[in-house]
Amino acid sequence: MLNIKRIGLLLLVAGLALSACQTAAPTEEAAPAEQAAPAEAVEAPAEEAMTACEAKPDMTYETMTIGFAQVGAESGWRDGETKSIRDTATELGVNLLFSDAQQKQENQIKAIRTFIAAGVDAIGIAPVVTTGWETVFQEAKDACIPILLVDRGVDASVPEDLYVTFIGSDFILEGKNAAIELAQLIPDGGDIIELEGTTGAGPAIDRKKGFEDEIAASYPNINIVASQTGDFTLAGGKEVTAALIKKYPDIVAVYAHNDEMALGAIQALEEAGMKPGTDVKVVSIDGEKAIFQAMVEGKANVTVECSPLLGPQFFEAALTTVQGGTVDRWIKSNEGIFRQDTAADDISSRVY
Amino acid sequence: MKKLNSIIQKLGSNRLAWSMFALAAILLFNLIVYPEFFKITILDGHLYGSLVDIFRNGAPLMVLAIGMTLVVATGGVDLSVGPVIAVTGAVATSLIGLEYGSTNTPLFLAVALALGVAALCGFWNGILVSRIGIQPIVATLILYVAGRGVAQMITNGKIMRIFYEPYFVFGSGYFLSLPVSLYIVLLVYIVAWLFTRRTSFGLYVESIGINSEASRFTGINEKNVKLLAYTLCGLCAGIAGIIISSNVKSADGNNAGLWYELDAILSVALGGTSLSGGRFSFAGSIIGALIIQSLTTTIYSTGVPPQVIMLVKALVVFLVSLLQSENFRKMIGSLLNSRKGAIQ
Repeated sequence: MLNIKRIGLLLLVAGLALSACQTAAPTEEAAPAEQAAPAEAVEAPAEEAMTACEAKPDMTYETMTIGFAQVGAESGWRDGETKSIRDTATELGVNLLFSDAQQKQENQIKAIRTFIAAGVDAIGIAPVVTTGWETVFQEAKDACIPILLVDRGVDASVPEDLYVTFIGSDFILEGKNAAIELAQLIPDGGDIIELEGTTGAGPAIDRKKGFEDEIAASYPNINIVASQTGDFTLAGGKEVTAALIKKYPDIVAVYAHNDEMALGAIQALEEAGMKPGTDVKVVSIDGEKAIFQAMVEGKANVTVECSPLLGPQFFEAALTTVQGGTVDRWIKSNEGIFRQDTAADDISSRVY
Repeated sequence: MKKLNSIIQKLGSNRLAWSMFALAAILLFNLIVYPEFFKITILDGHLYGSLVDIFRNGAPLMVLAIGMTLVVATGGVDLSVGPVIAVTGAVATSLIGLEYGSTNTPLFLAVALALGVAALCGFWNGILVSRIGIQPIVATLILYVAGRGVAQMITNGKIMRIFYEPYFVFGSGYFLSLPVSLYIVLLVYIVAWLFTRRTSFGLYVESIGINSEASRFTGINEKNVKLLAYTLCGLCAGIAGIIISSNVKSADGNNAGLWYELDAILSVALGGTSLSGGRFSFAGSIIGALIIQSLTTTIYSTGVPPQVIMLVKALVVFLVSLLQSENFRKMIGSLLNSRKGAIQ
């Protein structure tokens, strides 16, 4: 009994020490940013009260300084985006301040304040969450620094005048393109199954809508016999496909909301003695390197790209804005459609 | 009539029977709405059909449930099995390497090392629980949080794909027309049964689960028994991890074994082992795992919309739990009896 008490006490002490560390650390870290930011904020509005933000028409890529607050490095896709931003900056001669937030909003907020203090010309951010940006975006606006959202949006709680544009994919269009591609693969129509992404996830909802609306509107001979979630994972896509092809052995195609599930479907089809890519066409979205390998082997047919290579579009929009021009509220990313016949040539150029 | 009553009473007292009844009910439901569910054909020299899928896809959960049963029987719980699955898959695939058709490490060694890491994870949990005295739910939560990070570190945060055919046998191979994974489950079950029922280990586990303090006074080395139970649970998670990564031919630190800890605990509970510890049944937990897996397969093949899957699962689990509750059965029994009395 005494033992247990002693251990309890030990844990309690350890717990207190731990919580003390936790409260102490952030204040220490936050201090420099907080000191820097208000100083800027106090000076800036005073000037602006008289002169509104001035355009800088002489700005060029070489003279421009850009801050970019990245979410993190959680996936190959994200790495591809980071690489694109960095490489494009080097290529164009833009002075880039890059910050990796490691999936934390407070880190992104800190990064933005640091960028403001450094006096950058524009800030790009892939917001880790959709809410809670009003204050820090306002600080940037007060300092006459435009904010550009990249690949992830914010919700309606963030006033629209606080950011100039959103650069990213149109998931509905991706679904629609997938439908058109799939219809070309099966001119005679037939039964198909759909593998959905995580239930409730934005891309899953839009890729389903875009695909199903297009099929319903233009291809009455294609029949979606089942649509089930595979949670965007290979294992999920495989298990669902294995179950569905036992009930619907006559399907002629599989449409997957991402490449990963399509790879799972390919495994399931092969194990069932079917030939993915020939007997059963496989169409998916994303454009991962692994699906190109499957296309080279003839097991997948088409992937509709969801490109992370947003660097060129981002810097172009940033320069236009800084020079005083206007850009679209939603700049849709340049995305390709890749088919089996060119996969062997395309695969070497895939970076994600 | 009396005979029937006594049979029902006997059945009622056997918790295993109620789990089997629930499993049969789910399968029967399939037979009604989708008769081809039971169709089994021969494909490429092995059995092929939805039932085979249930056993094949359920294999990792069944192995996991066996390990979890031991830990639960000591009065503990292991929340870290899902992440341990991810770690094992990551270790095995990184040892095998990413080249086509070849492996960097002999297959036997790669699997043995991966299982060793899994057992080490279990050992760590066991030390925290038995030697340091941290509550099991907290102790295993530590590895639950850290495990996926470790797996990500091993795979560099990417999904690792492997192309070495012999490794795929565990998850997607067939032997004598049955899935290899099923033999693995059988082997684990037999070893676990022999180890607990043919030695005194099982008795120790149950006695610790019922009263840890009293067991200690009777001279049972409570700490070592717990340590061994957690280590074996880690090993089982490792075996499940090998089956899973072998089946999908890749290691995904983020998603491999996601939510498996909850399914494993549920399997144990559905199998009739009390979560407060004490008497346990491996067979019950395996049936519990089969209930969960057939439910999943049923949901896919009957076309339940994705938005309501969770609701349907919860509803079935709720019904099975009601069926197993002695209090609930008594309530229904007395309700029926009183109605009968009224009619007479």
